[in-house]
Amino acid sequence: MILKLEHINKAYHTGKLDVPVLHDVSLHVEKGEYVAIMGPSGSGKSTLMNIIGCLDRPDSGTYELNGEDVLGKDDNALAKIRLMNLGFVFQNFQLLARETALENVALPLVYAKVPKKERRERAREALEKVGLGDRVAFTPGQLSGGQKQRVAIARAMVNRPGILLADEPTGALDSHSSLQIMELFQQLNEEGVTVIMITHSPDIAAYARRVCDIFDGVISERNGQVNAAQQAERKAEAEAEEALARMRQRSAERLRHGSLTKEEPS
Amino acid sequence: MLENIRLAFRGIASHKMRSFLTMLGIIIGIASIMSIVSTIKGTNDALRDKLVGSGNNTVKVSLSSGGQELSIYDASSVPQNVQPIADETRQKIADLKTVKQVTLYNKRFVTDSSVFYGDNSVSQFNMYGVDDVYFDTVGYRLKTGRAFLESDYTLFRKVMILDQVASQKLFPDTDPLGKTVEFMGQPFTVIGVMYEPDDYEPDIQTVEDYYNNQDNSNGLFFIPKADWPIVFNYDEPENVIVKATSTDDMTTAGGAAAKILNQTITSTSDDTPKYQAEDLLGIVKSQQKLTAAANMQLIWIAGISLLVGAIGVMNIMLVSVTERTAEIGLKKAIGARQSAILGQFLTEAAVLTTMGGLIGVGVGVLLSYLINRFSGIPVAISIPWSAGAVLISMLIGVISGLLPAQKAARMDPINALRRE
Ligand SMILES: Nc1ncnc2c1ncn2[C@@H]1O[C@H](COP(=O)(O)OP(=O)(O)O)[C@@H](O)[C@H]1O
Ligand SMILES: [Mg+2]
Repeated sequence: MILKLEHINKAYHTGKLDVPVLHDVSLHVEKGEYVAIMGPSGSGKSTLMNIIGCLDRPDSGTYELNGEDVLGKDDNALAKIRLMNLGFVFQNFQLLARETALENVALPLVYAKVPKKERRERAREALEKVGLGDRVAFTPGQLSGGQKQRVAIARAMVNRPGILLADEPTGALDSHSSLQIMELFQQLNEEGVTVIMITHSPDIAAYARRVCDIFDGVISERNGQVNAAQQAERKAEAEAEEALARMRQRSAERLRHGSLTKEEPS
Repeated sequence: MLENIRLAFRGIASHKMRSFLTMLGIIIGIASIMSIVSTIKGTNDALRDKLVGSGNNTVKVSLSSGGQELSIYDASSVPQNVQPIADETRQKIADLKTVKQVTLYNKRFVTDSSVFYGDNSVSQFNMYGVDDVYFDTVGYRLKTGRAFLESDYTLFRKVMILDQVASQKLFPDTDPLGKTVEFMGQPFTVIGVMYEPDDYEPDIQTVEDYYNNQDNSNGLFFIPKADWPIVFNYDEPENVIVKATSTDDMTTAGGAAAKILNQTITSTSDDTPKYQAEDLLGIVKSQQKLTAAANMQLIWIAGISLLVGAIGVMNIMLVSVTERTAEIGLKKAIGARQSAILGQFLTEAAVLTTMGGLIGVGVGVLLSYLINRFSGIPVAISIPWSAGAVLISMLIGVISGLLPAQKAARMDPINALRRE
């Protein structure tokens, strides 16, 4: 299992007010999955994404990434995980305006201490892969929204992370550009990249093989599919209920035999 | 690091006006310090060249009594209890580490005799009895003729070298070479005319200098030291000139030579003269200290403008960090460690102030030349100070960039990204 979040709770503390955002969220994702997370604005999608992306820490719960506990790690260790294992795509692209497409894409390689020549080569390759081989020297101001987002995808994937996290990647794009982005995601997923994508749009969510809904900070699986965490939880609940029922039955029997006050070893 | 420098230049280039105004404080501070330092150094160098003579580094070690150089002007003024300098003593001085060359000479201010050629004569002049390295050590050159040869000494040849003043007086219309003059009843053949290159011209700084110069105004006469006892009937105490290995060694060399010489004087009576080295360097240093002290206060004032500049840099860097919240957030999100962000902003501040420092040094040099051009104050650019100024500018950048860079490094990536 590549991602294993269990019983995650998160509240924001603004002044005296506590704003609870995530309630007991559990999410298991297998390697190579393509998950869409849907929900209305303010339901906690980005908050969850930030936790998955090791940018933020929950108030309680556990989180394992590639079988390793994440929450116990310090900031530098988390930076390294983000650098090597996670790729980020944002709604507003988050490209550096003064840098060329190539330099933007090469940025994670700078932090990974890749030598300059190799940086350029790999950044160029990544841009070619998203169909922007002829735009390497363009600055974001010279690119359309869809092109900008493709540069952002190239940047997210240049360090070859196993997981791509996208927070409303098509939120600022027209339908044609959105389609191109979805094709890219599809392709990456087919190559084995685990994709987790937040979206508003059911059309976009339809590209994912699995959809989770989040509403007021509570997550649920769609399409009758039950995710592993919920499965486990339901099983536990069912077992607990069963056990309770058995206990009731036994108590009732004991009452009948008048032995409630005189505990006998059974 | 290189990547950080590239980013810094790009950042500075994208805010040219703002960057320049930020640098201005540093530029003004460094430029004023540089021109003050150039003026101090220029004045000091001029002082030193004038008094010490550039590149010659010779120190007179002469018999003195009561702090005054002993003047021998007739037989009665010759001190009786000082012997001529032994060869062994000369060698000891020559072996000193700070000494490059030693020359021994006799000197008399002749008042009771004259040098004659035909109807012309010169009286009241300095007569020198010199060894064969004297001219070389002191830095005198020959205008015409030849120098003293070893054979002049071994054969006790009566030969003479004149300076141009003496030559003019005795031979106004004729070539002096090969002519025979008379001195103390002895014939001397003139073999050469010498001159002092400009560097070694006497500088009149003190009353004593004035009299010494006055003494030389009737001309200089040189004969081989071997002839001295023939002319004056006695061996006389000698004086020494040492050439130090460097200007900074002059005081040491002179002092050490005087000490060796004084050890040879056995008489303990109060009127015995002692060898004393002239301490030109010491005089120069004390004068230099005076000029430097006066100007040091100016440097402090210029330092204040550097401080103001540093605060300006910190202020702009803080603004820059706030403006670039999104950039910082993104970089942290994609995996930049705190140290990477810290490094980026420190580099940017350092590049900014180093550029300011470089421009400041350039402006300072220009200002120095303008000061020299319009006020005539001597200036000299100090390379170590220039390098130091640039280095200090860099340091100012690092220090004033520290707080803003830390603010950037500690920024929470979520808030940073969210703010967009
Ligand atoms: N840094 C924050 N401080 C306080 N409240 C926040 C902060 N971030 C998000 N919230 C609140 O948490 C809730 C969920 O936000 P978010 O996760 O961004 O929702 P979504 O992405 O689904 O629109 C919202 O009510 C939002 O106002
Ligand atoms: Mg959101």
